[in-house]
Amino acid sequence: MNTLVWVEHDNASVKDATLAAVTAASQLGDVTALVAGAGCDAAAQAAAQIAGVSKVLKADDAAYANALAENVAPLVAGLMASYDAFVAPATSNGKNIAPRVAALLDVMQVSDILSVEGPKTFTRPTYAGNAIATVESTDAKLVVTVRGTAFAKAAATGGSASVEAASGAGDAGLSSYIGSEIAKSERPELTSAKVIVSGGRALKDADTFQQVILPLADKLGAAVGASRAAVDAGYVPNDYQVGQTGKIVAPEVYIAVGISGAIQHLAGMKDSKTIIAINKDEDAPIFQVADVGLVADLFNAVPELASKL
Amino acid sequence: MKIIVPIKRVIDYNVKPRVKSDGTGVDLANVKMSMNPFDEIAAEEAIRLKEKGVATEIVAISVGPAKAQETLRTALAMGADRAILVQTDDEVEPLAVAKILKGIADEEQPGLVILGKQAIDDDSNQTGQMLAALTGRPQGTFASEVTVEGDSVTVKREVDGGFETVKLSLPAIVTTDLRLNEPRYASLPNIMKAKSKPLATKAPADYGVDITPRLKTLKVSEPPVRQAGIKVADVDALVAKIKELGIA
Repeated sequence: MNTLVWVEHDNASVKDATLAAVTAASQLGDVTALVAGAGCDAAAQAAAQIAGVSKVLKADDAAYANALAENVAPLVAGLMASYDAFVAPATSNGKNIAPRVAALLDVMQVSDILSVEGPKTFTRPTYAGNAIATVESTDAKLVVTVRGTAFAKAAATGGSASVEAASGAGDAGLSSYIGSEIAKSERPELTSAKVIVSGGRALKDADTFQQVILPLADKLGAAVGASRAAVDAGYVPNDYQVGQTGKIVAPEVYIAVGISGAIQHLAGMKDSKTIIAINKDEDAPIFQVADVGLVADLFNAVPELASKL
Repeated sequence: MKIIVPIKRVIDYNVKPRVKSDGTGVDLANVKMSMNPFDEIAAEEAIRLKEKGVATEIVAISVGPAKAQETLRTALAMGADRAILVQTDDEVEPLAVAKILKGIADEEQPGLVILGKQAIDDDSNQTGQMLAALTGRPQGTFASEVTVEGDSVTVKREVDGGFETVKLSLPAIVTTDLRLNEPRYASLPNIMKAKSKPLATKAPADYGVDITPRLKTLKVSEPPVRQAGIKVADVDALVAKIKELGIA
């Protein structure tokens, strides 16, 4: 089977989510990586280094600069004449583009796969991760998105694929990119961090969240996350949200502070290697999944913890 | 401008889904069903656009069983003007729903279609993007702000790491994210009024759509259960555990 993998990149380098998608695609067959962007040569060269990638297609056009689905989906659909499967990481770009590609190909997409069980068989989460479905596609071609935390990352170096130019119709004239507000942070990114400290609604307000959570995160070099309740209450911006409707994370260590452990939240972090929970309610559901629990008032325990580490 | 709001009847978000013991799916017998929360946000956004004078008519659509009428009545009570139920008892996948919606869009010629980014049952996150592809229109997915100006709509989108803003020419498809708005509750007088609003019933075949599933569900199982670990007595014990993990 020949697969075409969507490369998530910033024109200069390849984002980690791509590496998990390459691993999933390798389980299906031969991997070609598609780098669509503007001035994306460095990203294409980086994609060529990924272990397991046999060819890189570089579609370099101003129309592909911001991965607008209206422009990129026809490009992918056109290229798919030579491929059996389109595999995209389940990033916001992947989730935006892949279904548009699928509909152009008259294919029913398999979203957010957790494993490859056969040439056309996959497992995927439904009902916020409360039910795992095993599904088999009957379509001639496959379109899948890949949950990054469910697959090991392919090695970013060691490959030596050739880079070929590809082109599509360019600007569909339907949409334009106005701008982005991407939070700048010295901290590691949530989805790739080794350690995450997350806060919940118990943190009271935005200032308290900062005062309690940040010193501990600083001590551990950790990324900072939050429950949906904390985000909805305005303590932190939306991109901090860990959960089924936010980010899906699986760090080495996840420290849940003042998070009760709603199903929604657990769905986003229960694949973490070690879960540590600090909560004053000893019956909080978070303790049912935590490897190490501390029943304590977080306003005393967390500063003490930060000072003793 | 007319707005179409597709909505789905799903298990209520407060209910914990239970996998059937024979592994064929999730048990929905005698379970509370509600409007998909993301679709509720879509209905609210359409109603606000009508209140601002941007939209003139709101048509709520659902593809599903006869009972989805209740969900459509909820949308009518919130403020939609009329509804169409495309009735079927079969499972309808996002691709087939998108094809039915295209048929309706061809007839109704809406300026905007606003729908939830995903349904909380199958979590596919596909229908809006597929409808946009099939109709050849632009898509503003995961919207946290929607502004209509003249013949375009500006959509602020929730993306990895923050926000992105795109401008789309109308007609366009918008899918809603959680923080777009807070949906209103329907008042009792409006619930009464909704009972007399028009609700048409159609079938997938009326739009020439074959809804045969493309994905075969082989099995549905419970996720692996994580075992609870230990509780430590105090912060010092926790410090020791964290040091054991080698992260501090």
